[in-house]
Amino acid sequence: MMQDFILQAGDLDLLVQAIRKEGFQVMGPVLRDKAITYDTVASAADLPQGWTDRQEKGCYRLERRDDDAYFGYAVGPHSWKKFLQLPRRQVWKARKDTNDIQVTEITEEPPRMAFLGVRSCELHAIAIQDRVFVDDQHSNENYAQRRSNLFIVAVNCTSAAATCFCTSMNAGPKVTLATDLAMTEVIDGDEHYFLIGSDSYRGSQVLRQLPVTPSGKRHEEAAARGVQNAVRQMEEGPRRFDSSDLKELLYRNYESASWDQVAERCLSCANCTMACPTCFCSTVEDTTDLSGDHAERWERWDSCFTADFSYVTGGPVRADTRSRYRQWMTHKLATWHDQFGSSGCVGCGRCITWCPVGIDLTEEVRNIRELEKPGPEQ
Amino acid sequence: MQKIPDMLREHPFFRDLAPADLEFIAGCGENAIYAAGDYLAQENEPADYFFLIRKGRVAVETYRPDRGPICLQTLHDGDVFGWSWLFPPYQWTFDGRAMDQVHAIRLNGKCLREKCEAEPRLGFQLMQRFARIATERLQAARIQLLDVYAQPSPLVGDRQ
Amino acid sequence: MIPQMYRIEHRQEEYPGTFTLHLSPEQDDSDAFRPGQFNMLYAFGAGEVPISMSGPESRDGSLVHTIRTQGQVTAALERLRRGDQVGVRGPFGNGWPLEIAAGSDLVIIAGGLGLAPLRPVIYSVLRSGIQTSRVRLFYGARRPAERLFQSELERWMQALELVQSVDHAVDEWQGHIGVITDPLQAAEFDAARTVAFVCGPEIMMRFCIRTLRQAGVPESAIFLSMERNMKCATGHCGHCQWGPNFVCKDGPVFCYGDIRQWFNIRAL
Repeated sequence: MMQDFILQAGDLDLLVQAIRKEGFQVMGPVLRDKAITYDTVASAADLPQGWTDRQEKGCYRLERRDDDAYFGYAVGPHSWKKFLQLPRRQVWKARKDTNDIQVTEITEEPPRMAFLGVRSCELHAIAIQDRVFVDDQHSNENYAQRRSNLFIVAVNCTSAAATCFCTSMNAGPKVTLATDLAMTEVIDGDEHYFLIGSDSYRGSQVLRQLPVTPSGKRHEEAAARGVQNAVRQMEEGPRRFDSSDLKELLYRNYESASWDQVAERCLSCANCTMACPTCFCSTVEDTTDLSGDHAERWERWDSCFTADFSYVTGGPVRADTRSRYRQWMTHKLATWHDQFGSSGCVGCGRCITWCPVGIDLTEEVRNIRELEKPGPEQ
Repeated sequence: MQKIPDMLREHPFFRDLAPADLEFIAGCGENAIYAAGDYLAQENEPADYFFLIRKGRVAVETYRPDRGPICLQTLHDGDVFGWSWLFPPYQWTFDGRAMDQVHAIRLNGKCLREKCEAEPRLGFQLMQRFARIATERLQAARIQLLDVYAQPSPLVGDRQ
Repeated sequence: MIPQMYRIEHRQEEYPGTFTLHLSPEQDDSDAFRPGQFNMLYAFGAGEVPISMSGPESRDGSLVHTIRTQGQVTAALERLRRGDQVGVRGPFGNGWPLEIAAGSDLVIIAGGLGLAPLRPVIYSVLRSGIQTSRVRLFYGARRPAERLFQSELERWMQALELVQSVDHAVDEWQGHIGVITDPLQAAEFDAARTVAFVCGPEIMMRFCIRTLRQAGVPESAIFLSMERNMKCATGHCGHCQWGPNFVCKDGPVFCYGDIRQWFNIRAL
């Protein structure tokens, strides 16, 4: 059982600096382009203190909070995957001499990164990507190296965005997966502090350097109330659904009329796959310079919504939007179970917020379920 | 020398037909041997016969002025050839040419038609067997039309 | 994972647009492969394509690949000549279940280019790598001239039961004219002993499987090799997903009984 301590909000920068001192580059939430995104954090002053996000289908707005919470938002358009599975990276370079081709792997000194403010859904997302890139038959070395050094400071959610549904996916809001440090932000009257505990040796080494005091029952209850607030918001919200039979439901409904219906709205724009913290598909680009003697291979994120994605001799297997949306959703919610032993969805709601036409995955699940029900007896 | 009813019984087309029916039909049949190059049937000629191929290969052909004979399909041991005798004007639509020595049972179409008229139960049995063969041939022709082994042209194949 | 370099020892034109490359490794440590597995072949600067091994298992690491030109990368591979280099990553995939074929009536059904991934199986059978009670090869192609490995087909006729069918042919052709399902339909099967390996255009495999099923061959005894878009071959790029399967690592060879429900979903 983790021993919890109290870190005063005013001392949060000491945490950032202590992690930096351990040799980590701290990545965390920052305000950028009218959104809360993840980037390098030099000090606590970089954090989006006093800001929150209001989210709905196809809608994301930053708003001022009436308090000074550092982590008083849900999730933004970015996910941590961009630091682990790079959106674009060079894989190899090749050189051709008169008679020989030399291929050289592009390797990097893997950065020592610390993620500050990782939500429970995002921890689950990272664990899901680990199963794809590290624990599977073949390992993605670049990911594995970036991942192995990672220092994680998780933050419990004390409020949920309207698009959140992690409770339905059993992925939050309370942090349950292993981290280095986990904290809950509490603002209670004049008090503003973090309930913080370490989950690893590295975490405890950082914690030791901070001016923390032991927590009391009062603090723990306040933190628990915060998390419970997020739970209640989601449980009472419209996006709550039963995910226990999703695999079977979707396996039964490959020919549901719902796919035609959603295809009438879906633009195949790939936003959902870019925003999704677990979508892992990639493609490669091979190029040469003008001399033709130097070649490069790059890997970049790809999406199952593009026409090229399923191309085989003659044309794409999934030629229309219906089949592409069906692929995306059934992969995320159903086939993922067979492939990697869990759902591919963590209920973060990004695909709902960042869909330009407001397609809501939870609504689509409900629609499939409704359409499956037998009609009234004639 | 094998008797016609025995040979009919051995041919897949008549598999499981009642012995009495086989005897009845055998009355319309005779043994026939064709040398390589012989025509079993020629386009527009009277279609008087129905062939059960016992052994050998038969090419179903047509003729193109610029290319000469074109083989559409080959038939082999156990296949049947010819259904033009079933319907007016009782004329062959394609050529049937022996590709090597062909052993066949040649059944007289007019005789068969009369037996079918006289015995509708047997007529139905035969029609069922013909319909099945015709269906299989149609399916094969459709698959052939798909040209599945062709080098796909990106422009033709692209459904975008 | 970067490609290892191989040199083209021999290049053979099978028929226009389709060619076979014999490759020898530039380094010593090349992996052995199983029939039905594939490599990612890299043409300098153009990219990679998944191509099955079409040659015998070898001790010296040499590889044989039969390729049809149909895109940018295969076009670049087609331009290569003896002495040129090709990059190779692999071997990938599961391969044909030879252990299941042992002792069976093996029915090999190949369509067009689909004979290439099956040739290592035939080699294995001919060299008694696997003992079967009976081996039949049904080979369908467009025309006699558009058949792979023509001189070998002549030789195989002595060693196994070979039935060939082409869509179109002129007089000298001794095999069937029509579709491969015709001779398949006419063939006798000891359904309980039969194991079928099928590789060819997906549509041709669909019709062949239907014929095999009608003949009573169980779903669990039918194996087919699937083709899907592939970028990585290691299960990471996501392109080759087919229902819950990754064709690159769960396939390319699948037991029909295991994937029947996916095989019949369109645009999956």
